[in-house]
Amino acid sequence: MGRTIGFILRRRGGKFWHWTDIVTWVWLIGGLLIMFGPALWLIFSSFKTPAALAEFPPSILPYASQQVTVQGYDKPLVLYDVTLPDGTTKKLAEVRRIGLFSQMVDPQTPGEPIRVSINDRKPVRALSFATENYTEPFVHFDFFRYLGNSVFVTVMATLITLVVNSMAAFALSKYEFRGRSFAMLIILATLMVPLSVIMVPLYSIISTLGLFNNLWGVILPTVATPTGVFILRQYMLTIPDELIDAARMDKASEWQIYWRIVLPLTAPALAVLAIFSVVWRWNDFLWPLIVLSRKELYTLQVGLSIYSGELNVQWHFILSMTVVTMIPVVLVFIFLQRFITTGIAGTGLK
Amino acid sequence: MSPSASLREIALTPVRVVMGLIDAPLRALQKRTGLSGMALFFLAPNMLIFGIFVLLPLAINFVYSLTGGSALFLPDRSYVGGNQYERLFDCSSYLDPLTCQEDAFWTAVSNTFWFVVLQVTFMILAALVTALILNRNLAARSFWRAVFFFPVLLSPVVVGLIWRWILQRQGLLNFILYPFGVEPYTWLTDRMWSFTAAVGVSLWAHMGFYALILLAGLQAIPKDLYEAADMDGTRPARVFWRITLPLLMPNLIVVIVLALIRSVQVFDEVYILTGGGPGTSTLFLTQYIYETGFVSQPRNPGLAAAASILMGLVLVVLTLLQLGLGRRGENKGKR
Repeated sequence: MGRTIGFILRRRGGKFWHWTDIVTWVWLIGGLLIMFGPALWLIFSSFKTPAALAEFPPSILPYASQQVTVQGYDKPLVLYDVTLPDGTTKKLAEVRRIGLFSQMVDPQTPGEPIRVSINDRKPVRALSFATENYTEPFVHFDFFRYLGNSVFVTVMATLITLVVNSMAAFALSKYEFRGRSFAMLIILATLMVPLSVIMVPLYSIISTLGLFNNLWGVILPTVATPTGVFILRQYMLTIPDELIDAARMDKASEWQIYWRIVLPLTAPALAVLAIFSVVWRWNDFLWPLIVLSRKELYTLQVGLSIYSGELNVQWHFILSMTVVTMIPVVLVFIFLQRFITTGIAGTGLK
Repeated sequence: MSPSASLREIALTPVRVVMGLIDAPLRALQKRTGLSGMALFFLAPNMLIFGIFVLLPLAINFVYSLTGGSALFLPDRSYVGGNQYERLFDCSSYLDPLTCQEDAFWTAVSNTFWFVVLQVTFMILAALVTALILNRNLAARSFWRAVFFFPVLLSPVVVGLIWRWILQRQGLLNFILYPFGVEPYTWLTDRMWSFTAAVGVSLWAHMGFYALILLAGLQAIPKDLYEAADMDGTRPARVFWRITLPLLMPNLIVVIVLALIRSVQVFDEVYILTGGGPGTSTLFLTQYIYETGFVSQPRNPGLAAAASILMGLVLVVLTLLQLGLGRRGENKGKR
């Protein structure tokens, strides 16, 4: 045990803590709190009832006031710990509140209501997860539809991206033809063309094609990513040409060479591109916001932004929907993080 | 055959059938066009989509910026020459946005400028410190790397909402400050604080990305250099200034320019966080373009196009800067 701790906390040589060791651990622990804290706070908050969300100071874990049904009263009553005049405390249920006093009854022996000053009572609270925050949006907000739209856009865009990008990368890495360097130049030059620079004309093109208020209008402009062509081409350049020549000798068609030889060998790069593409398309916001104006077509991101922009924000629903929106990305993060980090470190692309 | 392999066979069968069906007509095509024809065939889908949705918009954006009115389609729009640009640049004093005809544009320009300066400075510093720390002989380094990288993958909408929730009156920040005697405050209704929050939140969301690139650069520095310095008894500060920093320079330049390019386009998470407010205190260029072109009544696509071209010019300059500096950096690395 001591050795484990010694290993985890190993220092910059010597017995004493160098100042850099202190900075390191302050930075790491601080980073841990700052990077994960907000997301955890979101998750805990998403299980709170609207009443608990409005409290200050807030509790960290979701607590809710306990309620009891008392004989003779239709609605469930809220339970309080009450300090009685003789100094003893007792669990009583509140019937109603009048000014600074409230009328309370004993749940066990409901008789005459007792008058108690509101300063002498405290609600009885217990840990409770408001799972209705998660179930109700599916009924009230067409949440399933948004989820479905997001999944459709993400899956379709990623599939098409993989196909057209890998075909282009194959052409640009394994063939000699006129205009090749020109095509490569165009792709490289537009690596940095952001949506914000072309959104007005792009919108008019989408409308001309009849793709306004259509999920394909969200998908198509995003699929021919220069980034993807670039990553795949760099990878395909490492595949030896002899393999392809040998296949040609065996009378394989170019199409067969593409999908039976080159594609399987490019699998690692395809995996990286697929992961990136899923994250990009799942997270896309501005372009879907422009193209989709009908409620039933919203993606999760657009739906969330519209509902959170309303005058009376229903935070208990927004928070739980945010958590659901976060889930796929968190899964990617947990299981595929290694691919992404090596992808970024290797190419500097995001 | 193992069960997982046979499962894969079953899953791949339809793909094989489709690919096989496509093969016959493509063989015929190949007979007629030869190899170079096939190359164009492979290139075509990507270039077609690319041409329609990236190159064409780039080209007609200029035409848009020379036309007026609120009509969307080019044939319905009237030619106004450089009027849109004149309108954007019509100012008595460029230092005071309120003296301009398009005061929102100049507010957005000045906000974006200060945002870029602050965000990139702190971003590079924080990313550098993080990378240096992650490059130390840490236990569970990949865990710590993941910690700082985590927010990078989150969607801007999620990031914006998480922080809006934290900065509101009953939020986490007030909760943390409460014991220190700070009264609960609605941070995002304050001009100065909401700008600070915009910078801070975008730092939180993107810092891990840049730290990762810098970390890769640090790990590429040959270890024997450090061993040699150690044997000579070189002081750590000197090692940093004389070995680490010069050898990290190419990566540092890439990271700085990349951060600048991204920072100029700031929109999503800040838009969700503050909506550009209060007032126009966090209105940035992309939001100005979006609102001018799509939200304002009547909308003005010509003005939005003109503003987007000006922003594009800034990005082109930054990209050229990167290409130029990057080449110099590469040569340095080789020597």
